[in-house]
Amino acid sequence: MEINNNQLLRFTTAGSVDDGKSTLIGRLLYDSKSIFEDQLESITSTSEKKGHDGVDLALFTDGLKDEREQGITIDVAYRYFTTPKRKFIIADTPGHIQYTRNMVTGASTANAALILIDARHGVIEQTKRHSFIASLLNIPHLIVCVNKMDLVDFSEDRFNEIISEFEEFSSKLLVKDIRFIPISALLGDNVVNRSENMHWYGGGTLLNILETLHISSDINKIDARFPVQTVLRPQSAEYRDYRGYAGRVASGIYRKGDEVAVLPSGFTSKIKSMNAGDKEIDEAYAPMSISMTLEDDIDVSRGDMIVRKNNQPEGEQEFDVMLCWLNNDSAQPRAKYTIMHTSNEQRAMIKNVVYKIDINSYNRNEEDKDLKMNDIARVTIRTTRRLMLDSYRDNRITGSIILIDENTNETVAAGMIV
Amino acid sequence: MGKYYLNYLDELESEAIFILREVWAQFENPVILFSGGKDSILVTHLAKKAFYPSKIPFPLMHVDTGHNFPETIKFRDDLIKELGAQLIVGSVQESIDQGRVKEEKGKNATRNALQITTLLDAIELNKVDCAIGGGRRDEEKARAKERFFSHRNDFGEWDPKNQRPELWNLLNGKQFEGEHFRAFPISNWTEMDVWNYIKKENISIPSLYFAHEREVVFRSNSWIPVSEYLKLEEGEKIEKKKIRFRTLGDITITGGIESDADTLEKIAEEVSAMRKTERGDRSDDKRSETAMEDRKRQGYF
Repeated sequence: MEINNNQLLRFTTAGSVDDGKSTLIGRLLYDSKSIFEDQLESITSTSEKKGHDGVDLALFTDGLKDEREQGITIDVAYRYFTTPKRKFIIADTPGHIQYTRNMVTGASTANAALILIDARHGVIEQTKRHSFIASLLNIPHLIVCVNKMDLVDFSEDRFNEIISEFEEFSSKLLVKDIRFIPISALLGDNVVNRSENMHWYGGGTLLNILETLHISSDINKIDARFPVQTVLRPQSAEYRDYRGYAGRVASGIYRKGDEVAVLPSGFTSKIKSMNAGDKEIDEAYAPMSISMTLEDDIDVSRGDMIVRKNNQPEGEQEFDVMLCWLNNDSAQPRAKYTIMHTSNEQRAMIKNVVYKIDINSYNRNEEDKDLKMNDIARVTIRTTRRLMLDSYRDNRITGSIILIDENTNETVAAGMIV
Repeated sequence: MGKYYLNYLDELESEAIFILREVWAQFENPVILFSGGKDSILVTHLAKKAFYPSKIPFPLMHVDTGHNFPETIKFRDDLIKELGAQLIVGSVQESIDQGRVKEEKGKNATRNALQITTLLDAIELNKVDCAIGGGRRDEEKARAKERFFSHRNDFGEWDPKNQRPELWNLLNGKQFEGEHFRAFPISNWTEMDVWNYIKKENISIPSLYFAHEREVVFRSNSWIPVSEYLKLEEGEKIEKKKIRFRTLGDITITGGIESDADTLEKIAEEVSAMRKTERGDRSDDKRSETAMEDRKRQGYF
């Protein structure tokens, strides 16, 4: 399929086990004709073996042996579909127990989160938790899918009731764009095709909303941030003195001739040239992978950040983050971790747990200092050297960190700079 | 003000280049696993862009089953010459000769599973700490779970229950002695994206992907090419057909499809109308419902 000059939209789905998440994804893929015949044959025969009525679209998303045997979902999986308007990447996150960890993983790069609500049960604790995490992760768009409308007689009143329940608690959330849509994932109402059963609903189908969400403004275009990944030094006569700084523009726009500062050293220079592959370019913006050369011969290496001279991030050695603990082993007080922030790697220590958040009530608990799997807490981190930081609210790339356990090499925590 | 956003192909390209550079920065001895198929050619093309004007700063590694299309080997050698890159070959035939693995028996015998030992031996011998592959998550259900940076223990095994979470663009490639990583820069690409990109960039690919006349035998629903390794079974007859291949694996297991698509435009058009996945004609995946997962757990790429 030819997609004309169009964008990539990444979204994640959240909902508890029985809200019909897998069925919804199956439905989106099936009705947008993204399921191939051999895949359909395989789930049709499995549905028959299991004695289901008709084809169980949910089976499409459970791929691993253990998942099929035990009917559980392990960790995040990624699904793809394309329409003439856009390409979509779904981060398919399991809804059970490990919700926080999985949701954080799936949501970190998402433009939108789909929150599923069972129309019979309305807004429940789980809905609030998911919405809160989506808000904490600064996902720009929330689409609340009121599912199983077929089980409440496609009632407009019920739908409106759920909207007001949601709006009551969501006033505390920081998400700017929230939409509501009544669907039946099982029957396909308002997913890809308009519902015949809900003429009272005047909005678009879920696919239509996904195709038209305005996502160009999701990326920060103001603060120019260029973390250096590696230095290109060709060993050829033609490029004897060439030093290209390779990286991916995290935010903002760079132009040839811009006055820049290299952090943390603070040396200033001008952009001499920029390249995207073998093509010379005059302008670069997020999320382009480019390389640049500078007018002056200054020392630049991996972990440094090239920024605009008059717009610089804060250099801090001690700062607060909202930390989500991802590992089975609890956080050790004053233990040392490796911290990764863009391409910069340092050693760090959790100096203090300021408070833990009860994600059911949003209450802050200042007594409990123990960080366990799926906990979210505000903590103070101290690093061996200064990091060039932006707040996560302003910049999802330069405002995020991970912690790595030096004994196991595992990624144990994800943090958002306050 | 200009548009200042990327279209989906440019964004996928940018993401893949970011990952390739991250591999180079985080590992000592990475290699690109090169099979001569379109996905590994694409990864090589992206690596060329990622390090321009430097040459690709690491070798290409080919796990040679000995059952190749002759066209693939010629394409490989020409490309290596053009890139000025180093080529490492791990040979399944040598592994068999050394008694490291035994040739499969029976009528559907292939050397597919034997690659695992040769690949892991080559990784160990060359002290490879990261093998970059052209795997895509849309290919197969077990691959849908794959990370960009995929950790392998010191037996080369993948454990789907013990994967590192990947958040934002922070990739953790830390490992202990003896372990290694697989990196998949084109995880987020679909088959269609690959073709659209090959068309856009006019990347050269082996002639096997284009429709051509060839001697074939009809077996398990697809056209298997005639080669010295193919043993005819009763009732099978050799025919001449205009076919092309959608994926390239061993010559013994790669089924062709009847087609007239002899240009990149026609291929892209044909693929977009396909109702079957590209691996639908690969007999190695049909052995059981979890064939790919089982192989991946053992160390398959």
